[in-house]
Amino acid sequence: MKKRIHILFILVLLLGVNTQAQQTPASKQTEAISITGATAHIGDGSIIKNATLVFENGKITAIGEASTPTKGKIINANGKHIYPGFIAPNKTLGLIEVNAVRASNDQDEIGDIIPHVRSIIAYNAESKVVESMRPNGVLLGQITPSGGRISGTSSIVQFDAWNWEDASVKVDDGIHLNWPNSFRRGRWWLGEPRGFQPNKNYQSQIEEVVSFMKNSMAYGKTKAKEHNPAYAAMQGLFNGEQKLYVYADGEKEIIDAVTTLKSAGAKHLVLVGGYHAYKITDFLKEHNIPVLVGFTHQLPNFNDDDYDLPYKLPKLLVDAGLLVGLQNNGASNFQTRNLPFYAGQVVGQGLAKEKALQLITGNTAKILGIDASYGTLAVGKSATLFISEGDALDMRGNQLSHAFIDGRTLSLETHQTELWKRYMGKYNSGQ
Amino acid sequence: MMKMRLFALAILWCGATLFAQDYFPENDGVKTKNNNYTAFTNAKIYVTPTQVISNGTLLIRNGKVVQAGTSVSIPKNSVTIDLKGKWIYPSFIDVYSKFGVEQPKRAPGGGRSPQYNASREGFYWNDHVTPENNAISKFKYDDKKAAALRKAGFGVVNSHIADGIARGTGVLVTLNGKGNDADRVLDDASAQYFSFNKSVAKRQSYPTSLMGAMALLRQMYSDANWYAKGNIDTKDRSLEALIANRGKVQIFAAGKNGNTLRADKIGDAFGIQYAILAGGSEYEHIEDIKATGATYIVPLNFPDAYDVSNPYQANYVSLEDMRTWNQAPSNPKVMAENGVPFSFTLHDLKSPAKLKDKLMKAIAYGLPKTKALEALTTIPASTLGKSSQIGSLEAGRYANFLITSGDIFDASSTLYENWVQGHKNVINDKDLKDIRGEYNLNAGGNSYQLTINGTASKPKASVQQDTNKLKSKISYKDNWLDLSFTTDEGAKIYRMTGLATADSDHINGRLILPNGKETSFKAIMTKAFSEDEKKKGESETPVIMPVTYPNMGYGYKSNPKQENMLFKNATVWTGEDAGNLENTDVLVRNGKISKIGKNLNAGNAQVIDATGKHLTAGVIDEHSHIAALAINEAGHNSTAEVKMEDVVNPNDINIYRNLAGGVTSIQLLHGSANPIGGRSAVLKLKWGLSADEMIYSNSPKFIKFALGENVKQSNWESYSRFPQTRMGVEQVFMDYFQRGKEYDLKKKSGQSYRYDEEMEVLAEILNGERYISCHSYVQSEINMLMKVAEKFDFKVNTFTHILEGYKVADKMAAHGVGGSTFSDWWAYKYEVNDAIPYNAAIMHSQGVTVAINSDDREMSRRLNQEAGKIVKYGGVSEQEAWKMVTLNPAKLLHIDDRVGSIKEGKDADLVLWTDHPLSVYAKAEKTIIEGATYFDMDMDKTQREAIAKERNTLINMMLQEKEGGGKTRKPMKQDPKHFQCETL
Repeated sequence: MKKRIHILFILVLLLGVNTQAQQTPASKQTEAISITGATAHIGDGSIIKNATLVFENGKITAIGEASTPTKGKIINANGKHIYPGFIAPNKTLGLIEVNAVRASNDQDEIGDIIPHVRSIIAYNAESKVVESMRPNGVLLGQITPSGGRISGTSSIVQFDAWNWEDASVKVDDGIHLNWPNSFRRGRWWLGEPRGFQPNKNYQSQIEEVVSFMKNSMAYGKTKAKEHNPAYAAMQGLFNGEQKLYVYADGEKEIIDAVTTLKSAGAKHLVLVGGYHAYKITDFLKEHNIPVLVGFTHQLPNFNDDDYDLPYKLPKLLVDAGLLVGLQNNGASNFQTRNLPFYAGQVVGQGLAKEKALQLITGNTAKILGIDASYGTLAVGKSATLFISEGDALDMRGNQLSHAFIDGRTLSLETHQTELWKRYMGKYNSGQ
Repeated sequence: MMKMRLFALAILWCGATLFAQDYFPENDGVKTKNNNYTAFTNAKIYVTPTQVISNGTLLIRNGKVVQAGTSVSIPKNSVTIDLKGKWIYPSFIDVYSKFGVEQPKRAPGGGRSPQYNASREGFYWNDHVTPENNAISKFKYDDKKAAALRKAGFGVVNSHIADGIARGTGVLVTLNGKGNDADRVLDDASAQYFSFNKSVAKRQSYPTSLMGAMALLRQMYSDANWYAKGNIDTKDRSLEALIANRGKVQIFAAGKNGNTLRADKIGDAFGIQYAILAGGSEYEHIEDIKATGATYIVPLNFPDAYDVSNPYQANYVSLEDMRTWNQAPSNPKVMAENGVPFSFTLHDLKSPAKLKDKLMKAIAYGLPKTKALEALTTIPASTLGKSSQIGSLEAGRYANFLITSGDIFDASSTLYENWVQGHKNVINDKDLKDIRGEYNLNAGGNSYQLTINGTASKPKASVQQDTNKLKSKISYKDNWLDLSFTTDEGAKIYRMTGLATADSDHINGRLILPNGKETSFKAIMTKAFSEDEKKKGESETPVIMPVTYPNMGYGYKSNPKQENMLFKNATVWTGEDAGNLENTDVLVRNGKISKIGKNLNAGNAQVIDATGKHLTAGVIDEHSHIAALAINEAGHNSTAEVKMEDVVNPNDINIYRNLAGGVTSIQLLHGSANPIGGRSAVLKLKWGLSADEMIYSNSPKFIKFALGENVKQSNWESYSRFPQTRMGVEQVFMDYFQRGKEYDLKKKSGQSYRYDEEMEVLAEILNGERYISCHSYVQSEINMLMKVAEKFDFKVNTFTHILEGYKVADKMAAHGVGGSTFSDWWAYKYEVNDAIPYNAAIMHSQGVTVAINSDDREMSRRLNQEAGKIVKYGGVSEQEAWKMVTLNPAKLLHIDDRVGSIKEGKDADLVLWTDHPLSVYAKAEKTIIEGATYFDMDMDKTQREAIAKERNTLINMMLQEKEGGGKTRKPMKQDPKHFQCETL
């Protein structure tokens, strides 16, 4: 390990350190590339040992055992690992750069129910935070507005682009609804106790959502003379073109959300969060609800909970037969590069490694509706993948040598690696 | 004219009192002083809670007790009241009351920035220190409230202005509605009051925290001593009052969360023994409470049960809160059992009317009645130093007493009269005949069944004709019964009124028939009322859950014990030159690492098979904010006087969660709200032990400094506090160190000097006795602080966070300062734009001692993984990376001679991991501190089951309480503040 880093370092020094702050997006794949000798982690729960993977014009053209014919440039990845690019759902990446600098914040528009607000046009493809995702294998994300009851409309992007149009993988893929909570924080600044207490307005807050859904649906049945952008933005939910991501954690909230929203006409529902989903897996299965579960590096919500409940929660849902992905909606964007380790944490709880990998690849792609092209290594799918020296779900092995998005060879440099090299250069030259 | 008449009335009323001032001129008539005796005979008399006379006489005159006994000779000029079968008690005293004293109003919201300086002139420098306040100046007798208190049995209350940190003096008053203030006020400066809470009426920012309030009190006392010696030229009316009132009773309103012990410690430092207002959970750590030697003032606000009928909502209530409901009523019992003297207070009870219920509850939970009575009479009297005037019915005391139908703590007893200073106040008519029972009612030629129940003074009636229940109405007063009922579905009304007489069980009187004709009725008693059925339920002894340490979910029944143990065949990460040793044994004896080697002999030690597992030293977090009740004292730009050791919270569940992540030691740091922060607490995470027991013995001394955006207050609305720029930050340090130096020189020269806790701490830093751990981000400020230190000839010990340390790693190495950083945090503030995950690796490469810290209660439990990231980012070797969360932070904290590596002779602070400790897959299986197991996966499993079981038991108990008609409240989840550096 030490030796490898050392070599990498010298290589980097040779390459020079005078690059720009943001990495230049890679150009289109021009020649076929074959990766040989690696363990291919497919992203559907299976692996191929000593695999050969070929891609051309941005698409995987062959994947199989060592006997698979190679084509074009060959990357010898003996003893290394190939993974599909990791996918980060429910993030404001590119919508905010520095949390404390208000001027850099574009993640939360005012208004309570604003489905017409679209993230994609504010997405900063040149964000230094986005760039820092790639060296850990996080190559795709769902850029999601935050705040309010209905925060707006998300889009899915890839993380190596000149601008938001280049970046787009699926525009306006879903609408995000923060389900009301039956408990609320005491408004201590008004003299209430600090703790959580039953929310008296819970039912009326649900009514508001239902009423908005029903009006949106009614609006869509005729050609309105007066355009209502909020109602108009909801139509994809009723015709199945868009998904409704509903954020809820409590048992009651989840049951209310699923029951209410289904009967209000939402075709595709995705549960986001789901802290107590493990208590009602039968219900979720019956309603065929996939879960984008909260990331593992969180504290339990209740003092009496198992200390490792957040660690094992994804496993509990997978074991119950649900379709599960991982998201870190509540964390700062920079943390999203730890997505593989959130999945790795579940392995420590007894989930098979390949199943844990699905939580950030194949399953997530299915949930987001981009599985035709992304999420697994399969012929015909986009060559969005990377090579890691070791086990990419563990910090001990996550060390990328190559990464590709749609077959394009990415730079794995960032603002951060450049500063590293610049200052090591300073010290090594005795300045 | 009207006014005149009222005035005259008032004068007449006053004139009629026993205590009409002798030397006052009399303009409304002639002097009519009543010097007669009143004798209460044939009563059971509690002269004191332990001196009880049956069939005795109480003789009073001019508002005072003349004599109480069995052979009292009654003078001829006596009015005698026969109290056969009735009981007399001294009336109650509340030491901690706000009765009649106008309380300050909350100051309206402030402007754009906090107010940092005092708003007063000629007083102490802090607006919250107001010992010059006197409750008497805000006192106005309120007879409506007095009547409510008298109804609950009180005769005297000690009231005060319940506001501010030093609150001034109280006023001791009787609840004598018939006298005036000349009679009532027994002491117009009865006690001196203190608390940890700021004045609601003042907006001065300091102190913003509990530890700030504690430091302020300490400084106030030492300033008072300095002032008393005449060392201060200017006038300080606050300190003068504080000094003048030194001789009085000192009462501290401490309350919950171990604040009782905090208050007592402050008192100890200045030779003061406070009487302490308790929080109600003293049973959780009764030994510590007992050791204070204080007398307590105990509230009776036992919590209501939670309404847990909805299972989803019940989830929100923690086991800790459920237990509080279950255990709190046993608090008085436990205190009494342990010989802790205490009085009861109505403080925090919604109304005085609740008192009896709560007392009965405390008694049902095991409090002896004698102790209950003492807590309401003799102890409050002695706490106030007024035993010669109040609290008993010995000769010479005020004639403040209660007349009851029986045992005052019995549900069925009635309080008849509450005499205050010899004045009768009727609560319930003692001569009222109890008419409860079943009657045969003859009215208008028909026969009805009348049942009268309810209470003797407020009876309820039901009237039946055969099996037909009729609508009826009853009122009963002064032995006159008014009863009406309707027949024929309301069409016909029968009204009657009659007098119940002492000599007959039957009631006769006037009846008015529905047609208006007057005739008479007769009610003949067929069965007398009995209360037997009611008593059955009360005799059940309540089930009380055992206390754990700490008293919450995952608390242990007893503290983990030191054991001798032998780890067999582990991969041992020594953290020393020996590196990693495969298949190696480690022997732990008497809390120390005794031997490392192969095939060691276990002797009497318990053998732990560690084959395939990794044994490491416990993880040490250089930068933690768990286990604290406060983090920032943000009221000043320098707060070296505050101590985190003052606010350690041993009940934080994150201690347990940290243990489950292999963490054994932490530095609990002050926050980063100011350039010079507070002093640290270096802790071992001994879950279940007290705050003081968690603090390192012979602890190295640390203080938090901070630089950058937080101390400049860049990210929140504050524009008036110096510094607002990095330029100003340097000047704060230069100024304080210069002053510290001058202070120290003066002190060392032998001249007399004003003790200044803040300057003492700065002098410690200058003298190399206290180390700085400085929150830092960008290279310019890092460099600056090193230069400031060099100017004053000392070294900065640690830069914590130090995100741009990599830019000045060579300078850091030259200065000799260590760096304690995050593995991969950045982008949350402007000043972390250039923070990189390679920081630790670069600093390490230049010879800086590097630690990886958390500043986060979640990440702290995965610091092993964060160390793993240092291998990933920058290629540090695994063993060196591991040292960054063990030996290196131990070095930075100057505890590496005790902990941080596996070395013979060091403390046995060990973690057994299921896997390679730098891997995301590793779990801590056992976490051991000084040979005692504080976390163990199997123990944890048992705990989980126990929690589920106990929750279920308590939920069922609460459901029963609700079904039994007990009061409930809505489910709640506590939301304690979760701290990071910036939490204010």
